[in-house]
Amino acid sequence: MILRLDALSTLNSERAARRAVAVVTDIASGAQRVVKAKDVAADPLRDVLEKHFRSGKSGIEEIEGARVFLTVHVPPPKLVITGAVHVSQTLAPMARMLGYDVTIVDPRTAFATAERFPDVKLIAEWPDIALPPLGIDRYTAFTALTHDPKIDDPALLHAFKSDCFYIGALSSKKTHAKRMARLKEQGASDADLARIHSPIGLNIGAVSPAEIAVSIMAEITARLRQPAGAAA
Amino acid sequence: MLARDEDILKAAEDWRKAGRGVAVATVIETWGSAPRPVGSNLVIDDQGNFLGSVSGGCVEGAVVTEAIDVIGSGKPKVLEFGVADETAWNVGLSCGGTIRVYVEKVD
Repeated sequence: MILRLDALSTLNSERAARRAVAVVTDIASGAQRVVKAKDVAADPLRDVLEKHFRSGKSGIEEIEGARVFLTVHVPPPKLVITGAVHVSQTLAPMARMLGYDVTIVDPRTAFATAERFPDVKLIAEWPDIALPPLGIDRYTAFTALTHDPKIDDPALLHAFKSDCFYIGALSSKKTHAKRMARLKEQGASDADLARIHSPIGLNIGAVSPAEIAVSIMAEITARLRQPAGAAA
Repeated sequence: MLARDEDILKAAEDWRKAGRGVAVATVIETWGSAPRPVGSNLVIDDQGNFLGSVSGGCVEGAVVTEAIDVIGSGKPKVLEFGVADETAWNVGLSCGGTIRVYVEKVD
Protein backbone atom coordinates (compact mmCIF):
# COMPACT_ATOMS: atom_id res chain seq x y z
CA MET A 1 0.00 0.00 0.00
CA ILE A 2 0.94 3.59 -0.55
CA LEU A 3 0.46 6.78 1.43
CA ARG A 4 -2.33 8.33 -0.61
CA LEU A 5 -1.85 11.92 -1.65
CA ASP A 6 -5.42 12.78 -0.56
CA ALA A 7 -4.71 11.28 2.89
CA LEU A 8 -1.55 13.36 3.12
CA SER A 9 -3.49 16.48 2.11
CA THR A 10 -6.13 15.79 4.78
CA LEU A 11 -3.35 15.31 7.33
CA ASN A 12 -1.71 18.60 6.41
CA SER A 13 -4.93 20.62 6.36
CA GLU A 14 -5.95 19.27 9.79
CA ARG A 15 -2.54 20.24 11.16
CA ALA A 16 -2.69 23.70 9.62
CA ALA A 17 -6.07 24.18 11.32
CA ARG A 18 -4.59 23.15 14.71
CA ARG A 19 -6.72 20.00 14.92
CA ALA A 20 -5.26 16.71 16.15
CA VAL A 21 -5.08 13.94 13.57
CA ALA A 22 -3.66 10.41 13.41
CA VAL A 23 -2.53 8.05 10.67
CA VAL A 24 -3.13 4.39 11.44
CA THR A 25 -0.91 2.02 9.45
CA ASP A 26 -1.05 -1.78 9.54
CA ILE A 27 2.63 -2.62 9.21
CA ALA A 28 2.14 -6.04 7.62
CA SER A 29 -0.40 -5.09 4.96
CA GLY A 30 0.41 -1.39 4.67
CA ALA A 31 -3.33 -0.62 4.98
CA GLN A 32 -3.67 2.93 6.13
CA ARG A 33 -6.28 5.44 7.21
CA VAL A 34 -6.44 8.96 8.60
CA VAL A 35 -8.46 9.57 11.77
CA LYS A 36 -9.49 13.11 12.69
CA ALA A 37 -9.77 13.99 16.38
CA LYS A 38 -13.52 14.60 16.04
CA ASP A 39 -14.02 11.03 14.79
CA VAL A 40 -12.06 9.27 17.54
CA ALA A 41 -15.08 8.66 19.80
CA ALA A 42 -16.72 6.49 17.11
CA ASP A 43 -13.52 4.70 16.06
CA PRO A 44 -12.92 0.99 16.79
CA LEU A 45 -9.44 1.93 18.10
CA ARG A 46 -10.87 4.66 20.31
CA ASP A 47 -9.01 3.76 23.53
CA VAL A 48 -5.59 3.49 21.90
CA LEU A 49 -6.13 6.61 19.84
CA GLU A 50 -7.22 8.60 22.89
CA LYS A 51 -4.12 7.46 24.76
CA HIS A 52 -1.82 8.59 21.95
CA PHE A 53 -3.64 11.89 21.42
CA ARG A 54 -3.25 12.65 25.13
CA SER A 55 0.47 11.91 25.22
CA GLY A 56 1.08 13.41 21.77
CA LYS A 57 3.39 10.46 21.06
CA SER A 58 3.39 8.20 18.04
CA GLY A 59 4.02 4.48 18.50
CA ILE A 60 3.35 0.83 17.71
CA GLU A 61 0.37 -1.02 19.20
CA GLU A 62 -0.52 -4.70 19.01
CA ILE A 63 -4.18 -4.90 18.07
CA GLU A 64 -5.75 -8.34 17.69
CA GLY A 65 -2.43 -9.84 16.68
CA ALA A 66 -1.63 -7.14 14.12
CA ARG A 67 1.12 -4.59 14.57
CA VAL A 68 -0.29 -1.15 13.95
CA PHE A 69 1.68 2.08 13.81
CA LEU A 70 -0.11 5.21 15.01
CA THR A 71 1.39 8.51 13.90
CA VAL A 72 -0.28 11.24 15.92
CA HIS A 73 -0.03 14.92 15.13
CA VAL A 74 -1.14 17.13 17.98
CA PRO A 75 -0.87 20.92 17.69
CA PRO A 76 1.66 22.62 19.96
CA PRO A 77 -0.19 23.93 23.02
CA LYS A 78 -0.73 27.62 23.59
CA LEU A 79 -0.83 29.54 26.84
CA VAL A 80 -2.74 32.81 27.00
CA ILE A 81 -1.97 34.85 30.11
CA THR A 82 -4.18 37.79 30.98
CA GLY A 83 -2.08 39.97 33.25
CA ALA A 84 1.50 41.16 32.78
CA VAL A 85 2.07 40.64 36.50
CA HIS A 86 4.92 39.35 38.64
CA VAL A 87 3.83 35.68 38.42
CA SER A 88 3.65 36.01 34.63
CA GLN A 89 7.30 37.00 34.49
CA THR A 90 8.29 33.46 35.49
CA LEU A 91 5.19 31.70 34.14
CA ALA A 92 5.87 32.83 30.56
CA PRO A 93 9.47 31.52 30.24
CA MET A 94 8.55 28.34 32.13
CA ALA A 95 5.67 27.66 29.74
CA ARG A 96 7.95 28.24 26.77
CA MET A 97 10.39 25.66 28.10
CA LEU A 98 7.46 23.23 28.23
CA GLY A 99 6.73 23.86 24.56
CA TYR A 100 3.87 26.36 24.79
CA ASP A 101 3.37 29.33 22.48
CA VAL A 102 2.83 32.09 25.03
CA THR A 103 0.86 35.33 24.65
CA ILE A 104 0.40 37.91 27.41
CA VAL A 105 -2.50 40.35 27.34
CA ASP A 106 -2.68 43.39 29.61
CA PRO A 107 -4.09 46.84 28.70
CA ARG A 108 -1.97 48.52 31.40
CA THR A 109 1.04 49.75 29.47
CA ALA A 110 3.03 50.19 32.67
CA PHE A 111 2.82 46.42 33.17
CA ALA A 112 2.97 45.19 29.59
CA THR A 113 6.50 46.29 28.74
CA ALA A 114 9.08 44.48 26.66
CA GLU A 115 11.58 45.19 29.42
CA ARG A 116 9.56 43.14 31.90
CA PHE A 117 8.75 40.46 29.30
CA PRO A 118 11.62 40.01 26.86
CA ASP A 119 10.96 37.57 23.99
CA VAL A 120 7.26 37.07 24.79
CA LYS A 121 4.35 38.04 22.55
CA LEU A 122 2.80 40.93 24.44
CA ILE A 123 -0.49 42.66 23.59
CA ALA A 124 -1.18 45.92 25.46
CA GLU A 125 -4.93 45.93 24.75
CA TRP A 126 -8.17 45.17 26.58
CA PRO A 127 -9.20 41.50 26.45
CA ASP A 128 -12.19 42.28 24.18
CA ILE A 129 -9.79 43.47 21.50
CA ALA A 130 -6.76 41.28 22.18
CA LEU A 131 -8.33 37.85 22.75
CA PRO A 132 -10.62 37.15 19.74
CA PRO A 133 -7.79 37.11 17.14
CA LEU A 134 -5.74 34.66 19.26
CA GLY A 135 -7.91 31.69 18.23
CA ILE A 136 -8.25 30.16 21.68
CA ASP A 137 -8.88 26.44 21.02
CA ARG A 138 -8.85 23.09 22.79
CA TYR A 139 -5.04 23.07 22.83
CA THR A 140 -4.98 26.38 24.67
CA ALA A 141 -4.56 26.94 28.40
CA PHE A 142 -6.00 30.21 29.66
CA THR A 143 -5.06 32.07 32.82
CA ALA A 144 -6.41 35.30 34.32
CA LEU A 145 -3.91 36.76 36.75
CA THR A 146 -4.55 40.51 37.12
CA HIS A 147 -6.82 40.46 40.22
CA ASP A 148 -8.66 43.31 38.47
CA PRO A 149 -12.29 42.50 37.58
CA LYS A 150 -12.26 45.09 34.78
CA ILE A 151 -9.62 42.98 33.01
CA ASP A 152 -10.09 39.41 34.30
CA ASP A 153 -13.89 39.25 33.98
CA PRO A 154 -14.18 39.97 30.25
CA ALA A 155 -11.18 37.71 29.65
CA LEU A 156 -12.84 34.80 31.47
CA LEU A 157 -16.15 35.40 29.66
CA HIS A 158 -14.24 35.11 26.40
CA ALA A 159 -12.52 31.89 27.53
CA PHE A 160 -15.90 30.31 28.38
CA LYS A 161 -16.91 30.64 24.72
CA SER A 162 -13.98 28.42 23.69
CA ASP A 163 -13.20 24.77 24.39
CA CYS A 164 -9.76 25.55 25.83
CA PHE A 165 -8.49 22.68 28.00
CA TYR A 166 -7.70 24.77 31.05
CA ILE A 167 -9.00 27.94 32.66
CA GLY A 168 -7.31 29.22 35.80
CA ALA A 169 -7.83 32.43 37.73
CA LEU A 170 -5.70 33.83 40.53
CA SER A 171 -7.62 34.74 43.70
CA SER A 172 -8.46 33.81 47.24
CA LYS A 173 -11.58 31.76 47.95
CA LYS A 174 -13.36 34.92 49.06
CA THR A 175 -12.58 37.00 45.98
CA HIS A 176 -13.36 34.00 43.78
CA ALA A 177 -16.87 33.77 45.27
CA LYS A 178 -17.42 37.43 44.45
CA ARG A 179 -16.08 36.90 40.96
CA MET A 180 -18.42 33.97 40.34
CA ALA A 181 -21.39 36.14 41.38
CA ARG A 182 -20.27 38.92 39.01
CA LEU A 183 -19.71 36.54 36.08
CA LYS A 184 -23.10 34.93 36.64
CA GLU A 185 -24.75 38.35 36.43
CA GLN A 186 -23.01 38.80 33.10
CA GLY A 187 -24.48 35.59 31.73
CA ALA A 188 -21.99 32.84 32.67
CA SER A 189 -23.60 29.45 33.37
CA ASP A 190 -22.80 27.17 36.30
CA ALA A 191 -21.00 24.87 33.84
CA ASP A 192 -18.85 27.81 32.71
CA LEU A 193 -17.96 28.73 36.28
CA ALA A 194 -17.12 25.13 37.13
CA ARG A 195 -14.37 25.24 34.49
CA ILE A 196 -12.36 27.81 36.46
CA HIS A 197 -9.49 26.41 38.52
CA SER A 198 -9.38 28.69 41.53
CA PRO A 199 -7.37 28.93 43.71
CA ILE A 200 -5.13 28.50 40.70
CA GLY A 201 -2.42 25.83 40.57
CA LEU A 202 -1.74 22.58 42.39
CA ASN A 203 -1.61 22.86 46.16
CA ILE A 204 2.13 22.58 46.75
CA GLY A 205 2.41 25.37 49.29
CA ALA A 206 3.78 27.79 46.72
CA VAL A 207 4.84 31.13 48.19
CA SER A 208 7.01 33.07 45.74
CA PRO A 209 5.79 34.15 42.28
CA ALA A 210 8.08 31.55 40.66
CA GLU A 211 6.69 28.79 42.89
CA ILE A 212 3.15 29.85 42.02
CA ALA A 213 4.15 29.60 38.35
CA VAL A 214 5.38 26.03 38.99
CA SER A 215 2.07 25.09 40.60
CA ILE A 216 0.14 26.61 37.67
CA MET A 217 2.22 24.81 35.04
CA ALA A 218 1.89 21.53 36.99
CA GLU A 219 -1.89 21.89 37.01
CA ILE A 220 -1.97 22.79 33.31
CA THR A 221 0.23 19.77 32.50
CA ALA A 222 -2.08 17.48 34.45
CA ARG A 223 -5.11 18.78 32.54
CA LEU A 224 -3.29 18.37 29.23
CA ARG A 225 -1.99 14.85 29.83
CA GLN A 226 -4.36 13.09 32.20
CA PRO A 227 -7.75 11.76 31.17
CA ALA A 228 -10.69 13.86 32.35
CA GLY A 229 -11.60 12.96 35.93
CA ALA A 230 -8.13 11.74 36.92
CA ALA A 231 -6.95 13.27 40.19
CA ALA A 232 -4.70 16.23 39.53
CA MET B 1 5.20 17.18 16.85
CA LEU B 2 7.12 20.34 16.20
CA ALA B 3 6.47 22.90 13.51
CA ARG B 4 9.42 21.75 11.44
CA ASP B 5 7.90 18.28 11.09
CA GLU B 6 4.73 19.90 9.84
CA ASP B 7 6.74 21.58 7.09
CA ILE B 8 8.26 18.25 6.11
CA LEU B 9 4.90 16.59 5.44
CA LYS B 10 3.69 19.74 3.68
CA ALA B 11 6.77 19.47 1.47
CA ALA B 12 5.86 15.84 0.69
CA GLU B 13 2.41 16.96 -0.43
CA ASP B 14 3.77 19.89 -2.47
CA TRP B 15 6.51 17.81 -4.12
CA ARG B 16 4.04 15.12 -5.16
CA LYS B 17 1.56 17.68 -6.49
CA ALA B 18 4.42 19.15 -8.52
CA GLY B 19 4.79 15.74 -10.18
CA ARG B 20 7.85 14.45 -8.38
CA GLY B 21 8.16 10.84 -7.20
CA VAL B 22 8.01 11.03 -3.39
CA ALA B 23 8.47 8.71 -0.41
CA VAL B 24 8.00 9.35 3.30
CA ALA B 25 10.18 7.61 5.89
CA THR B 26 8.89 7.48 9.47
CA VAL B 27 10.63 6.29 12.63
CA ILE B 28 8.22 3.65 13.97
CA GLU B 29 10.25 2.10 16.80
CA THR B 30 13.35 2.94 18.78
CA TRP B 31 15.38 1.01 21.34
CA GLY B 32 18.05 2.36 23.61
CA SER B 33 19.48 5.75 22.86
CA ALA B 34 17.98 6.96 19.58
CA PRO B 35 18.59 10.42 18.19
CA ARG B 36 15.09 11.15 16.84
CA PRO B 37 11.78 10.17 18.45
CA VAL B 38 9.15 7.82 17.06
CA GLY B 39 7.09 9.70 14.48
CA SER B 40 10.01 11.67 13.02
CA ASN B 41 9.87 12.00 9.24
CA LEU B 42 12.26 12.14 6.32
CA VAL B 43 10.81 13.03 2.93
CA ILE B 44 12.65 11.91 -0.19
CA ASP B 45 12.09 12.55 -3.89
CA ASP B 46 13.12 10.47 -6.90
CA GLN B 47 16.16 12.67 -7.48
CA GLY B 48 17.49 11.96 -3.99
CA ASN B 49 16.52 15.35 -2.53
CA PHE B 50 15.43 15.03 1.07
CA LEU B 51 14.07 17.04 3.97
CA GLY B 52 13.83 16.23 7.67
CA SER B 53 15.60 13.41 9.49
CA VAL B 54 15.09 10.04 11.09
CA SER B 55 18.39 9.83 12.93
CA GLY B 56 20.02 13.24 12.91
CA GLY B 57 22.34 12.28 10.06
CA CYS B 58 23.64 8.78 10.82
CA VAL B 59 21.58 6.69 8.42
CA GLU B 60 19.84 9.17 6.13
CA GLY B 61 22.04 8.22 3.19
CA ALA B 62 20.91 4.60 3.34
CA VAL B 63 17.26 5.58 3.86
CA VAL B 64 17.38 7.83 0.79
CA THR B 65 18.76 4.96 -1.34
CA GLU B 66 16.05 2.59 -0.12
CA ALA B 67 13.38 5.27 -0.58
CA ILE B 68 14.28 5.69 -4.25
CA ASP B 69 13.65 1.92 -4.63
CA VAL B 70 10.32 2.28 -2.87
CA ILE B 71 9.33 5.16 -5.19
CA GLY B 72 10.08 2.84 -8.11
CA SER B 73 8.36 -0.29 -6.82
CA GLY B 74 5.51 1.27 -4.80
CA LYS B 75 6.10 -1.36 -2.10
CA PRO B 76 6.62 -0.11 1.46
CA LYS B 77 9.66 -1.31 3.39
CA VAL B 78 10.62 -1.55 7.03
CA LEU B 79 14.31 -0.78 7.58
CA GLU B 80 16.24 -1.42 10.76
CA PHE B 81 19.43 0.29 11.81
CA GLY B 82 21.56 -0.24 14.88
CA VAL B 83 24.92 -1.35 16.17
CA ALA B 84 23.50 -4.76 17.07
CA ASP B 85 22.44 -5.36 13.51
CA GLU B 86 25.75 -6.05 11.82
CA THR B 87 24.70 -8.34 9.01
CA ALA B 88 22.02 -6.48 7.12
CA TRP B 89 23.43 -3.00 7.19
CA ASN B 90 26.86 -1.51 7.22
CA VAL B 91 25.69 1.86 8.45
CA GLY B 92 24.87 2.06 12.12
CA LEU B 93 23.93 4.50 14.80
CA SER B 94 26.98 5.80 16.61
CA CYS B 95 24.82 6.52 19.66
CA GLY B 96 24.32 2.79 20.20
CA GLY B 97 20.58 2.69 19.72
CA THR B 98 18.42 0.84 17.22
CA ILE B 99 15.70 2.34 15.09
CA ARG B 100 13.12 0.89 12.75
CA VAL B 101 12.00 3.05 9.84
CA TYR B 102 8.91 2.60 7.66
CA VAL B 103 9.34 3.84 4.09
CA GLU B 104 6.30 4.33 1.86
CA LYS B 105 5.56 5.92 -1.48
CA VAL B 106 3.21 8.90 -1.74
CA ASP B 107 0.73 8.67 -4.62
